[in-house]
Amino acid sequence: MLNELSISQLAARLGRREISAKEILGVCLEKIQRVDGKLHAFLSYDATDALAQADTADKALASGTSHSQKPLLGIPIGVKDVIAVQNQPLNCGSKILGSYISPYSATVVEKLKDAGAIVFGRLNMDEFAMGSSTENSAFGFTCNPWDSTRIAGGSSGGSAAAVAACECIASLGSDTGGSIRQPAALCGCVGFKPTYGRVSRYGLVAFASSLDQIGPFARDVRDTATVLGVISGLDPRDSTSVPEPVPDYAATLEAPIKGLKLGLPKEYMIGGLDPEVSAAVQTAVKQFEKLGAEIVEVSLPHTDYAVATYYIVATAEASANLARFDGIRYGTRVNGIDPTDLYCKTRGAGFGAEVKRRIILGAYVLSSGYHDAYYLRAQKVRTLIRRDFLNAFEKVDAIVTPTTPTAAFKVGEKTDDPLQMYLSDIFTISCNLAGICGLSLPCGFTTKPKLPIGLQILGRPFGEETILRLAHAYEQSTDWRKEKPPEQF
Amino acid sequence: MPADFDVQYVARLARIALTPAEEEKFGAQLSHVLGYIEKLNQLDVSGIEPTAHAVPMVNVVRPDEVRPSLTNEEALRNAPAKANGLFMVPKIVE
Repeated sequence: MLNELSISQLAARLGRREISAKEILGVCLEKIQRVDGKLHAFLSYDATDALAQADTADKALASGTSHSQKPLLGIPIGVKDVIAVQNQPLNCGSKILGSYISPYSATVVEKLKDAGAIVFGRLNMDEFAMGSSTENSAFGFTCNPWDSTRIAGGSSGGSAAAVAACECIASLGSDTGGSIRQPAALCGCVGFKPTYGRVSRYGLVAFASSLDQIGPFARDVRDTATVLGVISGLDPRDSTSVPEPVPDYAATLEAPIKGLKLGLPKEYMIGGLDPEVSAAVQTAVKQFEKLGAEIVEVSLPHTDYAVATYYIVATAEASANLARFDGIRYGTRVNGIDPTDLYCKTRGAGFGAEVKRRIILGAYVLSSGYHDAYYLRAQKVRTLIRRDFLNAFEKVDAIVTPTTPTAAFKVGEKTDDPLQMYLSDIFTISCNLAGICGLSLPCGFTTKPKLPIGLQILGRPFGEETILRLAHAYEQSTDWRKEKPPEQF
Repeated sequence: MPADFDVQYVARLARIALTPAEEEKFGAQLSHVLGYIEKLNQLDVSGIEPTAHAVPMVNVVRPDEVRPSLTNEEALRNAPAKANGLFMVPKIVE
């Protein structure tokens, strides 16, 4: 089926005019209609708008536009519900935005459309990207495509599940502490968190501004490289985006990895690591050795402090960023006897439990008398965590770890224990604190039940090219990408 | 965990109305999280510079010139209450 093919395969067939963009989109929409009632990766989609974009792509193809000019021409790409698409709804998985319609598009969306993509759908997520399972979505959770009794991961669970279940060819998510890599690992696709500043955040609803990055999900590394190349680069509308040149990521994938040094952090072999996950990662490491990479043990001594640091820094920034949801300029409003009463009632009714908890925690760690003890101390520990990585990258070209300590957990298993939920992000969080780049790709399955296992590869700041090359070499030497979720999805 | 964590007070600072059930539940859950966060006190951070952003930041400036932006109508499109091209808010000053 067309919806199961990669961007490169579809581009070749579109280029030969064997198929049309409308056909590809049609197959994706059919798949959504068939499975999404249960999977629930999409909150909504505008089929009319998507078909109009497909029509435009087909006209461009007919007039001779090639994929070297527009690398995503005719490719349906879904978007997480936290990224603005002009004239489409945006809810951030929350009730508080009501019937909000975006008045403008995010820079990444403009870039996808300029590259010819069919940008469609609002993909489910934990409310305001706060969560690791999509169970914090105000509109219900997303199932794991491999086992509907389990979670898809989060916060970009819809983006991962939609790609894994072949409802779209690629998608965008956002990653503040693992929200791209963790669901990619749990759903069995590739997910990429770029270096902070690599991709413009203009039009991304802010959660924690010093940690947030937008990144792609795709079914193989080449597709991931293609989408990443399209969305990367300096944007005058985001002053934190950086003027580093954007390499042609897809062009350098085949370069040999022989002689590259891969670091294995000894601190990541923790007690809670599932034996099957551990075994899969060790086998992957052996595979890298066979491919010519050199394996070196490295130390990231402050790993154990990353989750605590993150839940101070991220909640502090969130408490400030989410102050804008006050019922005045947009969203739902609950009236009160004075403005303060209106704010309290609007936010009390509009936010879900996890968002309330995090805003309260963030307000507390910033409050008078506690700022230095919590927030300032966490920012200093963040320096130590960042130094750990920069020291390690003096010795190695990339670091390899499990993406998550376990495969997908059961729906409801961790919802009553926020701390346990936070600890499921233990391997992904440091990357955001350090501002480096990282990806997750499939490296095996658990046996009973059969669930995907993710391998995380972390790279130097702006070292995207190297980790994509490593991931591609590993992927092409294994068959994991050929496994598809069971028939029901 | 800090004995003085008052969830009701902090929720008020954050402008979030909580039900009594939420106060009780979040108070217990957040005390648990704050207890975990205490582990940062095990580290000696004297002499360490704080990191606010992982990428070194410089001021980005541009000439202050009028550029295309949202129209009044577009800016008000999602307003819960509006009139005469303005957002409507409750009376602030008597």
